[in-house]
Amino acid sequence: MNFTQLRIALYTLVQKEIRRFMRIWPQTLLPPAITMSLYFVIFGNLVGSRIGQMGGFSYMQFIVPGLIMMAVITNSYANVSSSFFSAKFQKSIEELIMSPVPLHMVLCGYVIGGVARGVLVGAIVTAMSLFFTDLYIHNIFVTIYTVIITSLLFSLGGFINAVYAKSFDDISIIPTFVLTPLTYLGGVFYSISALSPFWQNLSLINPIVYMVNAFRFGILGHSDVNVSLSLLIVTLFCGVLYGIAYYLLSRGSGMRE
Amino acid sequence: MTDALTLRDLSKTYRNGFQALKGINLTVPEGEFYALLGPNGAGKSTTISIISSLARKTSGTVEIFGHDLDTHPSQAKQCLGVVPQEFNFGQFEKIFDILVTQAGYYGIPPKIAQQRAEEYLEKLGLWDKRNTQGRMLSGGMKRRLMIARAMMHEPKLLILDEPTAGVDIELRRSMWDFLTEMNEKGTSIILTTHYLEEAEMLCRQIAIIDRGVIKEDTSMKAFLNQLSEESFIFDLESPIEPIMIDIIGVKFNLIDPMTLEVTMDKAHSLNDLFQLLEAQGIRVRSMRNKSNRLEELFVKLVEKNLEGVAE
Repeated sequence: MNFTQLRIALYTLVQKEIRRFMRIWPQTLLPPAITMSLYFVIFGNLVGSRIGQMGGFSYMQFIVPGLIMMAVITNSYANVSSSFFSAKFQKSIEELIMSPVPLHMVLCGYVIGGVARGVLVGAIVTAMSLFFTDLYIHNIFVTIYTVIITSLLFSLGGFINAVYAKSFDDISIIPTFVLTPLTYLGGVFYSISALSPFWQNLSLINPIVYMVNAFRFGILGHSDVNVSLSLLIVTLFCGVLYGIAYYLLSRGSGMRE
Repeated sequence: MTDALTLRDLSKTYRNGFQALKGINLTVPEGEFYALLGPNGAGKSTTISIISSLARKTSGTVEIFGHDLDTHPSQAKQCLGVVPQEFNFGQFEKIFDILVTQAGYYGIPPKIAQQRAEEYLEKLGLWDKRNTQGRMLSGGMKRRLMIARAMMHEPKLLILDEPTAGVDIELRRSMWDFLTEMNEKGTSIILTTHYLEEAEMLCRQIAIIDRGVIKEDTSMKAFLNQLSEESFIFDLESPIEPIMIDIIGVKFNLIDPMTLEVTMDKAHSLNDLFQLLEAQGIRVRSMRNKSNRLEELFVKLVEKNLEGVAE
């Protein structure tokens, strides 16, 4: 395929992915808007007003970046895992396997779809948060880079999950038993500096701590960890996961006899 | 002229040790209409899966219009369109989108893709359903959708795996017309089917595969010429007694007083037979072949193989 054909193929795949999550918006875009609004009302307003300041900001201001990140992580992961698994389940993945689209392009198409949903949901949740608090962006580059690299990482994670998945249960196990606990313990609701040294150190092996803090730095200028190092590590992890996802795809794991 | 498809020593052994293909060699010249026949489990679908990259071969080579599927997959895949046996499109997508997306995977710009989608949906009688989700279509419509999808990048070689299975007669005929038209326009076609009259009517070449081996690969005419005798059923105008005449190469069997079965070898012509019946005062109202000629040969060939296995 020449460059123009490759561009058309990638555009087609991305457009298909975006069309999918837009078509089922009550399942994809509405739930995070509602859930996060509830968090803002309950934790930010009702409980937060009694907590006082955290990291030098009102509790509402403190949790907004964390909650936006939480929505980005969950949605980018869910988009690719469910879309790719459905394609396997309905066998429509065969359309792509039979076609001349190179595997790198297939992987990029699905991942860009996941990033698109992550970013869109992030924007929706940000817009909802503006009803509850004012947001000033401290560092636009860090903010945007963190959202994109995080949704990229979790899109790749969702892809790998879907490759191994044999049933719909298999694509909900990791989000329920791994992602949710890591996100809740990843400093969304509290500053890890408030923890005892033991729990602080334990928290530092949770990768989500770095993403939440980098994003919080982008918006508030406050972070519990070194932001540049965090972003570098997350970027490197993206490279590793891309390699694994591509390897699985080229082996045809779970797709080809 | 380049051959549309060349398979050399193609073999496939599944992980459980089952050897589905045992070194298949097949050449399909450009422009041909080829029938690939065989009983269930013979290896037809495995062969098609390997050609369409859905299954890995154990050894051998696949070339599509001279492009090796291993070394030049992109060029090879551009020349190939496949209509698989099982429905494999997105159930929740609109059928117009399914077609335009398919074209996009082959690098066809959206405008051209939309024009083609309209053209093929019209041709296959699905235009009214363009905004319907795939899952809402009837079985016959789903089959036609898969044919339209396979045509979106206008492949030079079209492979159809039992496209008319479970499709009513009228629809089957319209599919035959469509395939004949595509073949006349230059598309090489390979068809697998269990309806042997379909293969006889459409295809000029025939390959029979059984237990992972090609048993026959010849022209339909040459294959049918192998038939040494043919059976006819005559519906009679009035009841008759059993015929006791002894003629070499002709056997009479009175099924009931009004129905006569005659089996005769190639040495005799129907004219001889009618003269004979006329002399006996037997008047015939209508006649038909006892069974499809291709079916008879096919059954004989497969039975012979079964005997071979039993030995």
